Amino acid sequence: MSDDAATAEDVRHVADLARVDLDDDEVDDFAEQFADILEYFDALDDVPTVDTDADLVNVMRPDEEHDCLDREDALGNAEGTEDGYFKGPNVS
Amino acid sequence: MSAQSAKNADLTTVIGLEVHVQLETDTKIFCGCPTEPTDEPNTQTCPVCLGLPGALPVLNEAAVEAAVKVGKAIDADIPEETRFHRKNYFYPDLPKNFQITQYDEPVCADGELEISVGGERRTVGIRRAHLEEDPGSLQHVGGNIDNADYTLVNYNRAGTPLMEIVTKPDFREPEETRAFLEKLEEVLEYLGVFDASRDGSLRIDANLSLVPSDEVDDDGSIGTDVLDSANRTEVKNISSHKGAETALQYEEGRQKDLMRRGKAVEQETRHFNETHGSTVSMRSKEEEKDYRYFEEADLPPLQVSHWKDEISIPELPDARRERFQDEYGLSDEAASKLTSTKQVADFYEDVASEYDADLAATWVADELLGELNYRDMAVTDVEGRLDEVKRLVELVAADDITAKNAKEVVLRGMLDDGDAPDDIVEREDLGKTDADAVAAAVAEAIEENPDAVADYEDGDDGAINFLVGQVMGKTGGSADPGTVNQKLRAALDE
Repeated sequence: MSDDAATAEDVRHVADLARVDLDDDEVDDFAEQFADILEYFDALDDVPTVDTDADLVNVMRPDEEHDCLDREDALGNAEGTEDGYFKGPNVS
Repeated sequence: MSAQSAKNADLTTVIGLEVHVQLETDTKIFCGCPTEPTDEPNTQTCPVCLGLPGALPVLNEAAVEAAVKVGKAIDADIPEETRFHRKNYFYPDLPKNFQITQYDEPVCADGELEISVGGERRTVGIRRAHLEEDPGSLQHVGGNIDNADYTLVNYNRAGTPLMEIVTKPDFREPEETRAFLEKLEEVLEYLGVFDASRDGSLRIDANLSLVPSDEVDDDGSIGTDVLDSANRTEVKNISSHKGAETALQYEEGRQKDLMRRGKAVEQETRHFNETHGSTVSMRSKEEEKDYRYFEEADLPPLQVSHWKDEISIPELPDARRERFQDEYGLSDEAASKLTSTKQVADFYEDVASEYDADLAATWVADELLGELNYRDMAVTDVEGRLDEVKRLVELVAADDITAKNAKEVVLRGMLDDGDAPDDIVEREDLGKTDADAVAAAVAEAIEENPDAVADYEDGDDGAINFLVGQVMGKTGGSADPGTVNQKLRAALDE
């Protein structure tokens, strides 16, 4: 396990930012999972760093309009809509 | 002594700005959806700006060109290589859960802008300027942001190209920020990359802290350690020049007051309430590390430093102001007014190319801008009628109407009633009385007023004014008083 393993406090902070309500058991579960995930990344410590130039640079497009989605399609995946808007719970 | 305990010492205000400006492109920064405002929500979206799975951003060349122009105008470095990062946060104004922005390799670095405050020219350092995408817009329905019933989201604006311009903490007075913002807008409009009249095209965050005045070096600079030890507040939600000045004056007063009472200033984010002209504490939950900035792997790096040589920019306001002084012999004040926007400067040059440069300056800088200003209008409001203004100058230049009538009757009538100058001149019968009629009136006045003539001949120069008044009365006010005066003297001195 890495030195900076995720703590319950980290999980609560991230959950708070993401506006997700977690009970104590869920916090413990996620703390464990976070720690596991971070551990996977430890594998990167063993990979040597290489300095290479990017294969591609300056990929750009001209300032030209394309067709937009029909609003019906744009809103198609939304759970809630109203008057052409996406509708969701209040967020402060 | 730290700033926090400096309640008895003199304090110096330190201000820095982060200015977000919307770049004028036809399409969004990473997709081809139009940026033109529309009242129909969610009609200008596509898989890219809606953050649908698998959609790939492709950078708009015009946004990069605009950024390079800005870089040139503020004399910034365009680094060999620059790239984009993802700034992660959870808020529904961005459907991807991250904003594509630039982090440690911005497209412009180390620039500066010269401003004029109270007649003195000063240079404000610009730390960086970078490209990013605008979020969508949220409506909090049934209440305010804290107690609304629900939220409506419109992604038409999501992906509009923005440039964030970050100054060094070089301002010492709130007033200076206003001068800077005016100058910045002026330059951006000259470059043709910005439209100030567009709603929400300018948004400002301002940082303010107070440091002990004895820590300020003689050249006005302040050490990093001093700045770091002073708690600063960041004020968000400022959308105008005036707003920046008001918000910072409030914040300066609030912090001074706290210190005077021996209390600490908290390092925090505050929200500007434009209606009340005050700032309120805003709970900001994210810290820098929470944004988990990492490279945007879907956008290859940019290498555009050579564009600086390839892209040309128009003559900027400062250079034009100096040229106007040299070329047209104008005062600094007149030249400054005339170069305040590109449109005014272009119109002035157009008028000055056909008529006298001084007459053109008086009519554009004083009369036109003065009357517009009085009506809370700008040159953009009379864009289509500049030919009529030019015709009015022609009437004055040809001596067809008096300057007084031109301004008080014709120009005002044009602006208030929308009439054409020639129609007003005809309707109000403003055509100058012809020379014969004036000569006849002069002769009559002399004939009818022997006492005044005698006084004049006895050396009472004031008597001439009485006679001028008589002639003006006879001609119904359409004669030019200066001409009448000359003619009277000529007749009497014979």
